Amino acid sequence: MIHSLFLVNASGDIFLEKHWKSVVSRSVCDYFFEAQERATEPENVPPVISTPHHYLISVLRHRIYFVAVIQSEVPPLFVIEFLHRVVDTFQDYFGVCTEAAIKDNVVVVYELLEEMLDNGFPLATESNILKELIKPPTILRTMVNTITGSTNVGEQLPTGQLSVVPWRRTGVKYTNNEAYFDVVEEIDAIIDKSGSTITAEIQGVIDACVKLTGMPDLTLSFMNPRLLDDVSFHPCVRFKRWEAERILSFIPPDGNFRLLSYHVSSQNLVAIPVYVKHNITFREGSSQGRFDLTLGPKQTMGKAVEAVLVSSQLPRGVLNANLNPSQGTYTFDPVTKLLTWDVGKINPQKLPSLKGTMSLQAGASKPDENPTINIQLKIQQMAISGLKVNRLDMYGEKYKPFKGIKYMTKAGKSVSSYLFEFLFI
Amino acid sequence: MSASSAFNDEKGGSSSVGEPEYGHDPASGGIFSSDYKRHDDLKEMLDSNKDALKLEAMKRIVAMIARGKNASDLFPAVVKNVACKNIEVKKLVYVYLVRYAEEQQDLALLSISTFQRGLKDPNQLIRASALRVLSSIRVTIIVPIMMLAIKEAASDMSPYVRKTAAHAIPKLYSLDPEQKDQLIEVIEKLLADKTTLVAGSVVMAFEEVCPERIDLIHKNYRKLCNLLIDVEEWGQVVIINMLTRYARTQFLNPNINESLLEEGGGGDKTFYCSDEDEDEDEEKEKQAEVSALAKRKPYVMDPDHRLLLRNTKPLLQSRNAAVVMAVAQLYFHLAPKAEVGVIAKALVRLLRSHSEVQFVVLQNVATMTIKRRGMFEPYLKSFYIRSTDPTQIKILKLEVLTNLANETNISTILREFQTYIKSMDKDFVAATIQAIGRCATNIGEVRDTCLNGLVQLLSNRDELVVAESVVVIKKLLQMQPEKHSDIIKHMAKLTDNIQVPMARASILWLIGEYCEHVPKIAPDVLRKMAKSFTNEEDIVKLQIINLAAKLYLTNSKQTKLLTQYVLNLAKYDQNYDIRDRARFIRQLIVPTEKSGALSKYAKKLFLALKPAPVLESPFKDRDHFQLGSLSHLLNAKAGGYQELPDWPESAPDPSVRNVEVPEWTKCSSREKRKEKKVEKPFYSDSEGESGPTESADSEPDTGSGSESVSVSVESGSPSDSEESEESSESDEDEEEEEKEKKKKKKEIKQMQASESEQSSEDDRKRDRKIKEQKSNSESESDEDSESESSQSESSDTESEVEVKKKKKVSEPKPPSKPLKKEKKEMSLLDLDDFEPTPSPQVTPVNTFLSNSLVTDLEGLSLSDSVLSPATIAPSSALKNYELLHRITGEGLSVEYCFSRQAFSPDANMVAVQMHFTNNATSDTKNLHIEDVKLQSGMRVKEFAEIELLPAGEATTAVMGVDFCDSTQAANFQLCTHTRKFFVSIQPPVGELMRPVFLTENEFKKEQSQLMGMNEISENLTLDAKCRNEHAIVQRVTTAANLSRVPCGSDKECRFAGKTVTSGSLVLATVATKDEGAAQLTVNCEKMVIGTMLVKDLLLALTQ
Repeated sequence: MIHSLFLVNASGDIFLEKHWKSVVSRSVCDYFFEAQERATEPENVPPVISTPHHYLISVLRHRIYFVAVIQSEVPPLFVIEFLHRVVDTFQDYFGVCTEAAIKDNVVVVYELLEEMLDNGFPLATESNILKELIKPPTILRTMVNTITGSTNVGEQLPTGQLSVVPWRRTGVKYTNNEAYFDVVEEIDAIIDKSGSTITAEIQGVIDACVKLTGMPDLTLSFMNPRLLDDVSFHPCVRFKRWEAERILSFIPPDGNFRLLSYHVSSQNLVAIPVYVKHNITFREGSSQGRFDLTLGPKQTMGKAVEAVLVSSQLPRGVLNANLNPSQGTYTFDPVTKLLTWDVGKINPQKLPSLKGTMSLQAGASKPDENPTINIQLKIQQMAISGLKVNRLDMYGEKYKPFKGIKYMTKAGKSVSSYLFEFLFI
Repeated sequence: MSASSAFNDEKGGSSSVGEPEYGHDPASGGIFSSDYKRHDDLKEMLDSNKDALKLEAMKRIVAMIARGKNASDLFPAVVKNVACKNIEVKKLVYVYLVRYAEEQQDLALLSISTFQRGLKDPNQLIRASALRVLSSIRVTIIVPIMMLAIKEAASDMSPYVRKTAAHAIPKLYSLDPEQKDQLIEVIEKLLADKTTLVAGSVVMAFEEVCPERIDLIHKNYRKLCNLLIDVEEWGQVVIINMLTRYARTQFLNPNINESLLEEGGGGDKTFYCSDEDEDEDEEKEKQAEVSALAKRKPYVMDPDHRLLLRNTKPLLQSRNAAVVMAVAQLYFHLAPKAEVGVIAKALVRLLRSHSEVQFVVLQNVATMTIKRRGMFEPYLKSFYIRSTDPTQIKILKLEVLTNLANETNISTILREFQTYIKSMDKDFVAATIQAIGRCATNIGEVRDTCLNGLVQLLSNRDELVVAESVVVIKKLLQMQPEKHSDIIKHMAKLTDNIQVPMARASILWLIGEYCEHVPKIAPDVLRKMAKSFTNEEDIVKLQIINLAAKLYLTNSKQTKLLTQYVLNLAKYDQNYDIRDRARFIRQLIVPTEKSGALSKYAKKLFLALKPAPVLESPFKDRDHFQLGSLSHLLNAKAGGYQELPDWPESAPDPSVRNVEVPEWTKCSSREKRKEKKVEKPFYSDSEGESGPTESADSEPDTGSGSESVSVSVESGSPSDSEESEESSESDEDEEEEEKEKKKKKKEIKQMQASESEQSSEDDRKRDRKIKEQKSNSESESDEDSESESSQSESSDTESEVEVKKKKKVSEPKPPSKPLKKEKKEMSLLDLDDFEPTPSPQVTPVNTFLSNSLVTDLEGLSLSDSVLSPATIAPSSALKNYELLHRITGEGLSVEYCFSRQAFSPDANMVAVQMHFTNNATSDTKNLHIEDVKLQSGMRVKEFAEIELLPAGEATTAVMGVDFCDSTQAANFQLCTHTRKFFVSIQPPVGELMRPVFLTENEFKKEQSQLMGMNEISENLTLDAKCRNEHAIVQRVTTAANLSRVPCGSDKECRFAGKTVTSGSLVLATVATKDEGAAQLTVNCEKMVIGTMLVKDLLLALTQ
């Protein structure tokens, strides 16, 4: 399975290495660097690279490449999924997963890696178990440790691994028992030049933050579960119950976790919450181009559209842009030709617009690519699909927990393109 | 702390405790001396007796390791701390040790004993971690120790330790592949494990060590299928992949009829054209077709095959992409065509994950779309390309879109392609053009549209786009060249502008090939090319020669000179390939006297009709690799890849998967049930059982023996139904048991008697023990008290018994055997009455029957024995030995046997029952013992003198011998009133012990303390008659005075006893395997006793 792991930063330095079997020389990464050089963009490095004696499987997160070295047949997704789990764990532990954070906590990182993999096969990947084994560093604990000389390593060995609910640690105690659920939906849409939707889909997740004492058994039911077309669960969810009754029944892990991710069936028409009026023209022969963009809200059920961010990759020929936003600020990077406009909140009475001119390279012909426009936005208190949680019940414990459910809609992260389109990531 | 701050001062105060320093990289400092110095500091810190300093030092060292700096010279200093109390220091030392042990083998050995000690720790987690580190130390010398540790851990009570053992197997295997056979044994054992925790790890070990031993899976197949959903995600992946391979060897191809259909002319396309409609319709339609075909050749899916498909399907909902992919490939390779469709949705879902996941999934989808286009068609839009996708993802999506293209959706796809061409990513544009070309070749209807579109691209400003278009157009034109002479003309013009060699070469080839369609332009192109010949790339030069040759053959008038010119240029080219080609072509086309027959055929050679190229997906035929595998992704066999076997022609015997006895009906102890409760699948809760409770196992400290078991209804239910499923073999067992039960009833009385006697001496000890074992929970002490009470109950009848005992002596064999048997049974019954014991009718006897009834029963047995006199063959329970033959004894014959009852006058003595028969005609008087000759330490308690033994009478007497735990004979003289006979009593080793009652936990604990030298194990083949548990128990208890220990596994029988004199424990285990193979293990502090006992038991079990 996984032999070794190398962490490589954006400038191509190996800043951490860990071996689970015999030591593999770091020179094996030369093949990776070669591929890195060949790739035009950082994300274009192939995830799987074959070398004479090893295979390198890498993921890129937070501008760090996690390069796993393997020697024999193993499902590549197995490795990729594990590497992502490692990154998630680091993020969970250190708040961010940056080179600096990893270097600062190198011992914790090492201890974590040691626990997560045994002889290259995953051992403990549940964050609840890991946190019992190795306590996450906090400022307070670091100070206490410095003074008292105590350690980050759990004195007691975790018990969760041995129980039927390996994802939950035992002996959880809170004075305030709370359970929060965030329903977050993302719209992914491609809209063509004329404003008609090519594809649009909604994906959602329910992230939970559960701080409940003991071993609570929760059930969560929806008003309209039929909306959910395709779901994937945290292992704690009882699948049969879902199949039979469309109810989420589970013993939650302690703390933050992703309960469910779902996809809203494509039969339902997706309401795009904003529209864009645009007029971007280049005239042949002239070194000027006109840029005119107006945003407006659409079908938001009275909720405000917030944190709107428009970005557009302008053609290479554009030298500079001289624009005038009615609200917010814009930046244009002349090197990457990326125009970003931080709009903020859309006021339906006074629609935000960005107008002005672009200067083109003198003598260059009219660019034939059309820029794409990506829009990011947020709508609070609304799940665009209309999904509603019906009720949340708790069994198995006596106290009354405080329950909270929050809805949010976002534009997706993975954007798309069209002639002149809006990508809602 | 002061020392540590002093250290910091030394370093300029820049480093703070708990924070490894990156800035102070010794190598970057540049001076080696400082490196040395620094390591001296670390050594000092490691040698100090303050944990804080050690920890600080270890943290620095680990930081060095993390950066790949060499820290091996610190090995001696670090390894000393392996036994450090501080848990974090210890962990970091482990990290260091595992990293450097390979380089410093000798020193690493110093640490081994620490781990060996850890292996015996009562805490399961410490045992596990000791095994984990021990097995990670890659030092060949310790292979035997590792092997031993793994074997031991594989039968550990804690599933977590067993899991660790499974992890250790591949480690040992990679260290020493010679151990394979032994490891397979361990794997086999662990495969039979019923806990979800172990399942994934052991299958992983199986895959690494012996993936070819598919036969090991048979018995565990159904169990694995059923446990699958509760196994942790990583284990699921491994198990599913393995089961895919397994199913391919064991089941029939479910699509066998469909493939017939395809052969019969029904194409894929018509088959799937209804896909856009409702899935149900589609399925029905298919089913109809299938059923029609079924008449031709009936296919019935093996229920096990169905089981696999059914149990893996929910895992498509896993959050883990690897699990989803594993299930998807399983369905793709194993499911009937109509059912494969379910995986599409899940795979499409993965496309919203990280780009690396997308990359892998798209590769697999691309392969799937070639074979099963229909299932992804509804998701066409999910493969539309987004401008933010990395190039490699875009290209893969294009591949999928191209594969999905058919007559109905081609127009939307082409529209989509058109927009892609305007992308700024040129690699992607080139790929799009190729994709258009492929669509055009595959779908005749759109060929012209595509061609026109591509021709328009020829006027694109981007040369790369144009070049790519040319190449694609060339391929397309080959299909219908006659219609497209204007395109060829258009392209001929392009030669002036286009610089990309591949495109130029393509144009030249086209013109040459179809020069008859453009008779006027072709020579002109050649003229231009001849002019620039020397500056062209090699690939273009070759095509110029080609063009020249073809024109010479078709239009020699105009081009003869030009051709000569080109050939002359080529003759002096730097590239020998071009020179060769020129020479060859000249000989071929220019007729000379020398050139013979060939030049006549030159035209045929050059202008033969060439088959149009088929534009194929690079993913075609990739499906011979198992999907989702690395080999599939690379399209090359990776090391360790296991071929996916073809379906068998006819299904192998499905009965190999039958498990003879559903194990859990046999669960014979509370331990067992406890385990079962723990492993109760999480998801099964939804089927009406109470929600999962904190399991008993979750308390770490009492891991070895926590007993807070609430009796589960499930296991208490009568097991009739299961038993009826048992094979005939076990039926026989039952019959035997039935007989046993009857016997039992009779002998309960005796048994109780013996118990009570024994208890009188044991009670005190036991009491002490109870106090000692405070960690044991109530229920256990309950059991103790219960048995005590039963003893006291029976004590009423004790006097009676004693009277009868003397009679009983006359038929020595029946009491002892059932006696032991009974003891075991009874203890079990006492443990808890929910036991699904196979002898329910006996149960009440023990607990409820009044004493009077018991006596009645005993009376029965006695009367029986009266009817059948003492001549019953001594084959069964107690063996009689001859002390004095009647001829040498002049009519007096004496036999003795070991009654196995406590010798009341002295607890350290073995009771020997002597049976005197006077066959002489005269009476024998004054029978007594004299002149006892003993080895030092041995003692004898003589029997009371027998005053008179009349002729023809018989009598018995009991004497006690303290053999001092040796098999030395006790020699003495047996005297009568007239004579003295020299006789000796030599005990078989099995009689030098008395049974002790242990629980499984205690047994394990004791056993773990009697390892190494104190353990002797032997492999054996069981006698044909002694293959069932029952027979084994009987034979062992006959051969040695041991009591049975309840055991969780039906493959193991355990026995315990202690030597009579010294009270050392004797533990015996018989682990059975297939085909009568078994392993006998004896643990005993007294090695001599152990060795001899092994011999005896071997003999007993094999004959």
